[in-house]
Amino acid sequence: MSKRRKRTKKRYDGRKPNELRPLKIESGVLPNADGSAYIEMGRNKVLVGVFGPREMHPKRFSKPDMATLRCRYRMAPFSVDPRRSPAPSRRDNEISMVMRYALEPAVFLDRYPRSAIDVYAEILEADGGTRTACINAATVALVDAGIPMRDLVASCAAGKMDDQLILDLGDYEDKEGQADVPVAYMPKLDKITLLQMDGILPMDEFEECVNLAIEGCNQIYEMQKEALKKKYGIADEQEEE
Amino acid sequence: MSSKYGVVSRLKKKKITEVIASGKRMDGRSLEDYRDIQLRTGVLEKSEGSAEVFLGKTRVLVGVKVGTGTPFEDTPDKGVLMCNAEFSPIAHPSFEPGPPDENAIELARVVDRGLRSAEILDFEKLCLIPGKVVYMVHVDVHVLNYDGNLIDSSALAAIAALKTTKHKVYKVKDGEIELTDKKVELTVRKEPIAVTMLKIGNSLVVDPSADEEDIMDTRLTITVDEEGNICTIQKTGSEGLTQEELKIMMKMASDKSEMMRKKLSETK
Amino acid sequence: MSATFENRSLVVPGDVLYEGRIRTGDNTFRTQGKVYATRIGLVNYNRNMVSVIALEAGFNPLSGDLVIGDVIDIELGKWIVDIDADTPANLNLPDAIDAPYRSNIVMPEILDVGDTVVAKIVDMDRRRTPILSILGRGLGKVTEGFTVRLTPSKIPRLIGKKGSMVNMILKETGCNIVIGQNGRILIHGQNREQEVIAISVIEKIEREAHISGLTNRVQEYLRNLKVEKDE
Repeated sequence: MSKRRKRTKKRYDGRKPNELRPLKIESGVLPNADGSAYIEMGRNKVLVGVFGPREMHPKRFSKPDMATLRCRYRMAPFSVDPRRSPAPSRRDNEISMVMRYALEPAVFLDRYPRSAIDVYAEILEADGGTRTACINAATVALVDAGIPMRDLVASCAAGKMDDQLILDLGDYEDKEGQADVPVAYMPKLDKITLLQMDGILPMDEFEECVNLAIEGCNQIYEMQKEALKKKYGIADEQEEE
Repeated sequence: MSSKYGVVSRLKKKKITEVIASGKRMDGRSLEDYRDIQLRTGVLEKSEGSAEVFLGKTRVLVGVKVGTGTPFEDTPDKGVLMCNAEFSPIAHPSFEPGPPDENAIELARVVDRGLRSAEILDFEKLCLIPGKVVYMVHVDVHVLNYDGNLIDSSALAAIAALKTTKHKVYKVKDGEIELTDKKVELTVRKEPIAVTMLKIGNSLVVDPSADEEDIMDTRLTITVDEEGNICTIQKTGSEGLTQEELKIMMKMASDKSEMMRKKLSETK
Repeated sequence: MSATFENRSLVVPGDVLYEGRIRTGDNTFRTQGKVYATRIGLVNYNRNMVSVIALEAGFNPLSGDLVIGDVIDIELGKWIVDIDADTPANLNLPDAIDAPYRSNIVMPEILDVGDTVVAKIVDMDRRRTPILSILGRGLGKVTEGFTVRLTPSKIPRLIGKKGSMVNMILKETGCNIVIGQNGRILIHGQNREQEVIAISVIEKIEREAHISGLTNRVQEYLRNLKVEKDE
């Protein structure tokens, strides 16, 4: 009886199929924002600032019973090669919208009727998976801003390249691969809040991709928690009064 | 505008004016001191050149991209330099998302004039096929945190980024351009440095903070090159300046540009 | 049925604080039999109740709060005051001057845009807009001093147990200090030196509010400054 050994192919940067790119998250980096975070996911560099809850203008767009979460995804002209125009593209608008849908379920919006919570993501350098990097940083920034949340939202993409299912696609894999499935997930509540797909996959592989992405989200979740706690060092046991 | 709603607190204005009249600033600096300057180059991997400046809490990031494109009609054999500035809404609660407003446009144009008047680039060297293809040098200023004096910090980051720019080389073959595998450093011939000063009451202060800019009477930026030539001047604000005050400011610009040029040479 | 953390541990949203029956306090929510944190802070298990002392939170206006704010607009019969809440507050004319209505009242002469006031939140209207009053002792337009900011959830540390912290600062610096629950603090010293010391203490509290022994550290800090000054 011969054992069929699954041969894993080396990825463009030498990673294993289920390996995340190096990840670094810092919270509270912008002095003027109510909350902020900086993330490096591989070569992606994203800075997120959160303002609010604050008065919403124009007032007529505000909701009477809950806050409005406004997300803005913008790429700096020097973030890609070749240089891109600073003006927003249709892709920027779509990503801003899915970011909002990914984060909304986690935020207690009904606590702040008629207000706005603004999440501004600036992509300083892009290398595939910027929307997942944004969501990861935005979550940390929202917590840093003291906005009440049900859970953290972690985000990661899985996909297929060279007939192999892979985790956390880099720019090369995004462009040359067969499928790209970005996912955002609230681990404690076990809820998927972002799900998109680019490419083509048979159903069973798609399911595997989602599972793989969730595994990635769980790993990132731990790093988000660490980043938030790091700002305070290790909290002491007793509080003196 | 350092207040959220665009309203300047009377109390703040009174306090700052008092403290400045006594010869010091709210953060303890003298009227002639710059805040702490941190300068780092090569911070972006995908840009041909980059630099980040922290001036006190003000933070700007400049990326330089070098590509190819069509020259302007009136200068068919010259490369192109373009400066752009974006005020990111993360920089301050009063910054609204949208296209550059008059302040962002002013920033881009003042930085641009400083670089251009100093003739830092040999534009003829940046020509590939006259009338058809030239090198395009894009300097993009991205404001990440605003606490006053965006001009000096952006100009410093711009020149630092340009000086450390390395770009791909194209060669001309059969009337078309072809990418080679060579890379070359961008030749930057001069080091223009911007120095911004405010007039508040009867005092002149250098390197204004956001609060100081809120209550200023008028603001003057003087850009100086290493030979002591003035490359550009910009006056903003509704009050006037006396010739005596102008003289003092010119001397200040000379002194402070020396200090910042030293900072530039320490980083590389 | 158990506490899942040690008392006073640092928790973040999504952390399960308790499984089972228990009273839920600030910054927590219960779903499917478990109690979670909604903000980053220190978990507090106390007398059959679990809560989180938030390290980051905006100002949540409540009736009775003393606040410090800036007038940002004037409308018919009221001033709009920014108190760093999710919505600006209203200060109606009858809550600003204790006098019968006169038809020739010029509102900017009483309070103008850009003025700072010390006020009390007397009510929240139907739409959760805070309603202010500046009638009362210690309330009104501010004419001297300047304000600094502290994260609202750290204000209790600035006050200290029975005012111990703020009284220490008052004694050591000689500054007049008015503390707004909304995270704005009014300082007026006899000289700039004193004011600078008071500001540095507040900045220290901002950085170290979550680390125990704060009152002692601040005492030490003020003592060292005094020694430096006498040298």
